[in-house]
Amino acid sequence: MKPLQRQDPCGLGAAADRSAEFTAKPSPEFPSRVLVALSGGVDSAVAAALLVERGYGVFGAMLRLWTERGPDDAHANRCCTPEAVDRARRVADRLGIPFHLVNAEAAFKDQVVDYFIAEYSAGRTPSPCIPCNRTVRFGLLLNRALALGARFMATGHYARVRHAQGRYQLLRGRDSHKDQSYFLHALSQEQLAHVLFPLGGLAKGEVRVIARQRGLPVAEQPESQDVCFLADGDYRRFLARQAPHLFRPGPIRDTSGRVLGQHRGLPAYTIGQRKGLGVAAPEPLYVLAIDIAENTLIVGTAKELGQDECWVEGMHYISGETPAAAFRATAQIRYRARAATVTVTPLPHNGARIHFDSLQQGITPGQFVVLYEGEIVLGGGVICKAPKSML
Amino acid sequence: MGTSERYVYLDHSATTPVDPRVVEAMAPYWSEIFGNSESSHAFGQAAMSGLEQARETVADVLGCRPAEIAFTGSGTEADNLALRGVAWAARESGRGNHIVTTPIEHHAVGRTVDQLHDLFGFEVTRVPVDQYGRVDPDDLAAAIRSDTILVSVMMANNEVGTVQPMVRIGRVCRERDVVFHTDAVQAAGRLPLELDDINVDLLALSAHKFYGPKGVGLLYVRRDTSLIPAITGGAHERGRRPGTVNVAGAVGLAAALRLVEEERVAETARLRRLRDRLIEGVLACIPDSRLTGHPTHRLPHHASFAFRGVEGESLVLGLDLEGIAASSGAACAEGEPEPSFVLTAMGLFPDWSIGSLRLTLGHANDEPDVARVLEVLPGIVERLRASG
Repeated sequence: MKPLQRQDPCGLGAAADRSAEFTAKPSPEFPSRVLVALSGGVDSAVAAALLVERGYGVFGAMLRLWTERGPDDAHANRCCTPEAVDRARRVADRLGIPFHLVNAEAAFKDQVVDYFIAEYSAGRTPSPCIPCNRTVRFGLLLNRALALGARFMATGHYARVRHAQGRYQLLRGRDSHKDQSYFLHALSQEQLAHVLFPLGGLAKGEVRVIARQRGLPVAEQPESQDVCFLADGDYRRFLARQAPHLFRPGPIRDTSGRVLGQHRGLPAYTIGQRKGLGVAAPEPLYVLAIDIAENTLIVGTAKELGQDECWVEGMHYISGETPAAAFRATAQIRYRARAATVTVTPLPHNGARIHFDSLQQGITPGQFVVLYEGEIVLGGGVICKAPKSML
Repeated sequence: MGTSERYVYLDHSATTPVDPRVVEAMAPYWSEIFGNSESSHAFGQAAMSGLEQARETVADVLGCRPAEIAFTGSGTEADNLALRGVAWAARESGRGNHIVTTPIEHHAVGRTVDQLHDLFGFEVTRVPVDQYGRVDPDDLAAAIRSDTILVSVMMANNEVGTVQPMVRIGRVCRERDVVFHTDAVQAAGRLPLELDDINVDLLALSAHKFYGPKGVGLLYVRRDTSLIPAITGGAHERGRRPGTVNVAGAVGLAAALRLVEEERVAETARLRRLRDRLIEGVLACIPDSRLTGHPTHRLPHHASFAFRGVEGESLVLGLDLEGIAASSGAACAEGEPEPSFVLTAMGLFPDWSIGSLRLTLGHANDEPDVARVLEVLPGIVERLRASG
């Protein structure tokens, strides 16, 4: 992608919070062309409506993603079912903007679905929305938007972008319940230069009100949350269909190595899981670790689950620069986790060691840890088992 | 959207605007002459009169008898009635169990044949096509067996515009005494439709492809061709297509067919010139581009291309933003993102066959429209390629 010098279409100055753009209109002679990624849901519909009202030259596009081949709708990708496409089309029609489908099946399969399966094969718990955002939504689709002459791509994410000190910053959405900055932490400066998040300054309730006021045909659409390509919402059944070889029974051991029972195949378990272990013990037991090499599930007590440190690989800093020294930040170890205060020590090869001020339950390899400084997203990386190269 | 002041419509193989003269011909049949053509009173008789005049007009244009024309709800319906009708009649009389067709038929034929195979046990042979999408009549003759009951070959392909050697195929079918059906939906107004020349037994048309209304088609059924009705009901259309007849639609179809046939020679000459300019321009301006379908045996209004490494639907999107309506040959109905089955059957590799673009000309198009395409398309292809 070409890093474009971003002109300020609203004349608000370089340090303007970009959510303020939506109070100003671009010049009528040169309406900015914007691709809005429609999903058939209420958020993207309102994002599109706000941009249309501000005079942008908006066109809608929807990604066609990979779908499990199967006999019935239970295998459809819920992000792009025919019903979702119809809803997005009706939104575009209502707003009087063009609407097109963009095929991203192959990229989605390669970058998201195969990653998902590979992570489980490696005994990790993946977070597929993050690579999807980085490589498909803000990769393939953003590239396509720019190739089609768009200046920006907009989505219905609850997050904000700000230009300050010559760089783009990603900020949490104002609505703390809906904030989706966690899923966007892997975006680069080039990507942030071309994205608009019109809902960043709004609360979900306000968005629904706007949708109702505008008569958008998706105002009452329920939230979608689960991984979109798990049509029946059950990742274990998905893996059993797509990668049955991953399900080999093996021993369940405690931390002293004692065998307590048999597991059904390691992908069926996540760190911190308590239910469904099938092991009787005086104290509740939790999954502590997944040992792929030994095909062993390691369990222990709640006390043993707590950790105050984790290692991270593939660290991405939104500023584009790795800090030279250890620094303080807050960190989320998963989307809904409470932000914890930490000390981050950058390590070579895009690694980092993160020390938590207090014990954390369920630090899970494969999940992303995202670092914040107040509202500002600093970046993040993948939690890993302490690799030797980092020690 | 965009900077263009005028929207250029280049998707006439998808559908055409209704000719105002056709609208005028249909006008009395909505509220004045509204009777059911099967009713015996004056209202019914007036409707019947309009319907039968329409049938005579069609028969006159096609060179057949009025009784051989059945009006249907669409071209797809006509194809369905023909294929199922012939297959079921053959099953009932025990004449045979084998159908010969091609891999590049419209779904109206292809999926009907699939169903006859899957649910009714008919055997199906699909005669391959060459790199231009043409069937070799000798291959077709070799595929016909003693138990073959039906040959179905489209007159001209919707996606790549290739016209089949209909006269020779018709001769083969006649010699081997096999019923010959053709989907001629793309052909009306664009190719001569003299039925006796091509020895066809069943032929399907759709009015909206030739400046007539949507929702009406026709099936020509040569006399003595036995069909079992695939839709059952009343005696409309001699029992071949039960259901109250869309008289206004039939009148519109007939008026449209007469007009396109009267204007066909002059209009196709004009469109052919525009088409050739478009083809030459695109191939000259855009690297790694090629014409799909046959260079000369092709519909006069039809230009279709493949661009290596570019997705057809993105081209359509890019052109739409520039005010040009085109389509991707890659049958991009939702949930069907595979490379075009037509191009695949013609042997094009996937990195080419996802990049298909169809531009189909019509009455309203002229030189500036072609120039506009040549002005914007190279840049769109280049930018999409650069974006990966």
